[in-house]
Amino acid sequence: MMKSSFLRDCLIALAAFAILAVLPFVYPSRGMSDFVIRLAAFGIFATSLNLLVGYAGLESFGHGLFFGLGAYTFALTMQKLGTSIPVAFALTILLSVVVACVVGAICVRLKEIYFAFLTLAFQMLLHSLIIAWTPLTGGDQGLTGGVPRPPFLGIRLDQPYHLYLFCGGLLVLCLLLMRHIVQSPFGYTLRMIRDNPARATFLGVQVWRMRLAAFVIAGAFGSIGGMVMSLFVSGAFPDFAYWTISGEAIFMIMLGGTTVFFGPLAGAIMLLMLNDAVTKLTEHYGLVLGIIILMFALGLRKGFMDYLAEWWRGRQMSSVAAPAATQARPLPAQPVKVAGE
Amino acid sequence: MDLPALGNCVTSLSCIITQSTSGLIIGMLLFLVAAGVSLIFGVLKVVNFAHGSFYMLGAYLTLTVYGVTGSFLLAVVAAAIGVGLFGLLFERLIISRVYGSQVLMQLLVCYGVILILDDLVKIIWGAEFRSLGMPDVFLKPPFLFGGGVVPVYYLFLIVLTLIIAVLLGLAITKTRLGKIVRAVAVNPGMVSALGINTGLVYAGVFLLGGMLAGLAGALAAPVRSIVSGMGLSVVVESFIVTVIGGMGSVAGALVGSLLIGLVRSFGTIGFPLFTEGLMFLLMAVVLVLKPSGLFGRET
Repeated sequence: MMKSSFLRDCLIALAAFAILAVLPFVYPSRGMSDFVIRLAAFGIFATSLNLLVGYAGLESFGHGLFFGLGAYTFALTMQKLGTSIPVAFALTILLSVVVACVVGAICVRLKEIYFAFLTLAFQMLLHSLIIAWTPLTGGDQGLTGGVPRPPFLGIRLDQPYHLYLFCGGLLVLCLLLMRHIVQSPFGYTLRMIRDNPARATFLGVQVWRMRLAAFVIAGAFGSIGGMVMSLFVSGAFPDFAYWTISGEAIFMIMLGGTTVFFGPLAGAIMLLMLNDAVTKLTEHYGLVLGIIILMFALGLRKGFMDYLAEWWRGRQMSSVAAPAATQARPLPAQPVKVAGE
Repeated sequence: MDLPALGNCVTSLSCIITQSTSGLIIGMLLFLVAAGVSLIFGVLKVVNFAHGSFYMLGAYLTLTVYGVTGSFLLAVVAAAIGVGLFGLLFERLIISRVYGSQVLMQLLVCYGVILILDDLVKIIWGAEFRSLGMPDVFLKPPFLFGGGVVPVYYLFLIVLTLIIAVLLGLAITKTRLGKIVRAVAVNPGMVSALGINTGLVYAGVFLLGGMLAGLAGALAAPVRSIVSGMGLSVVVESFIVTVIGGMGSVAGALVGSLLIGLVRSFGTIGFPLFTEGLMFLLMAVVLVLKPSGLFGRET
């Protein structure tokens, strides 16, 4: 059962990768490939946050710590040490795991609101370090001077198509791995802890250890999102470690839905498209985004994929039972349109 | 790290006095914001992440009212009342709709409000740094204590906020209203069954928290630069303060704020790169040794 579903996921991933590979030939556009690369960064990042929020019930408000850490570590390793890209990737993930172990060990035993704010505090700490340590990080100007992209294994990231395919492939691969993790016994243990930690303890699960493991895994994937971003902009900026990154990621997973695996990805697509549309129309980006957030949080309250999943379950129920028993709620045409004041 | 400089400072009386007063200033301003955050959390179990924006609004309101009327006293009063009313509206229209939902949903709502306020402030007052300048009343020669220079305004600020702290503490512990607030924090259902309108208490707590934050912004205006986004570091520090002092405790908020203020002012001499890190370190130590905070009750 387990094995066949993993095989199915692998096939879906391969198909998705094939579609991504062909897409630029069918629809050649610089804007599209840039969008996919940004989506890779934020899709991986948001999904990794949802490992914590949706599956482990750990409401982190400082996940941007790993986005910034990943971007800066990767860019600095490439610039100062001149290693190859896979080595820099491995080093960055290693450092993120170490940091996540330390931060997680302090944070995961705390009650929810303390957890949320302590993770935020650690992120602010990284941000202030980046700003203050100007000789190394370039301070508030950001790390400029470009990230070198030496070829490896026949992949030449200085060519747009290679970069596009590499980032797209990373997105597919990371989603596949995370999917595998949440479908594993470990993933189900996390769900049990989220729903009833006392019962999990009673069954012999060491709750804080499982939470720490989830925190470390999410941190490692989060840093990959940062690395993709750093590859894309060929540098690293303090904004990557600023709290708004965490806020945006939270909005992404809420918008897309936390109960469905692809919810965060859907949220990332929606928010990125929204970003592009809003920045084209007005310079008051924060004002518009803030109003949309309020309309969402006070009106809709649930993500796009949550509604979709509910509707789907309702349909299945009604096809089994009498048609009148359906509880499905109608799917809104556009998830950000309804303002239920 | 610059330990010799720190050593030089703590051995000279003038440096100790100068740094202590600047630490007290930071701490007392922080206290006004943190007391609101702590009260709101204690009563409603909601962290008002937008509280830093209240502080920012207070500073900008002061800028405008002082510019129009030229009276600093009037500006301070207007900022306190204006931001208090804003807090009331914020509670009634927005935050009361997410009581009892996920923590992240509450934070998301606050995030939205912060984005809106930061941008509105930029539209109304401009994106560049603004400053109020010292009001004429306080343009007097500074006091000298043992070689340390203490401006008149600093002394005024410390005394005023101390009076507010004492009044607030007395109001919470001694008056009937304070008793109701503490009761709502423990068991809102029972209080409501006894015929007290708890919704009114919630709104009142936000009004009070908003007034304190507005006052903090107004008092900070002469000594800080005013800019959109200035509230965030304050709200994070306020949270650190409430963790150190214990949620819902006025005395804890005061002690925590002063600790953070002193750490900041002496930290900039000894560890210029790591001042923020010192605060987080302090918080981590308290969390490990006494998770409920220095003045918090065990839960």
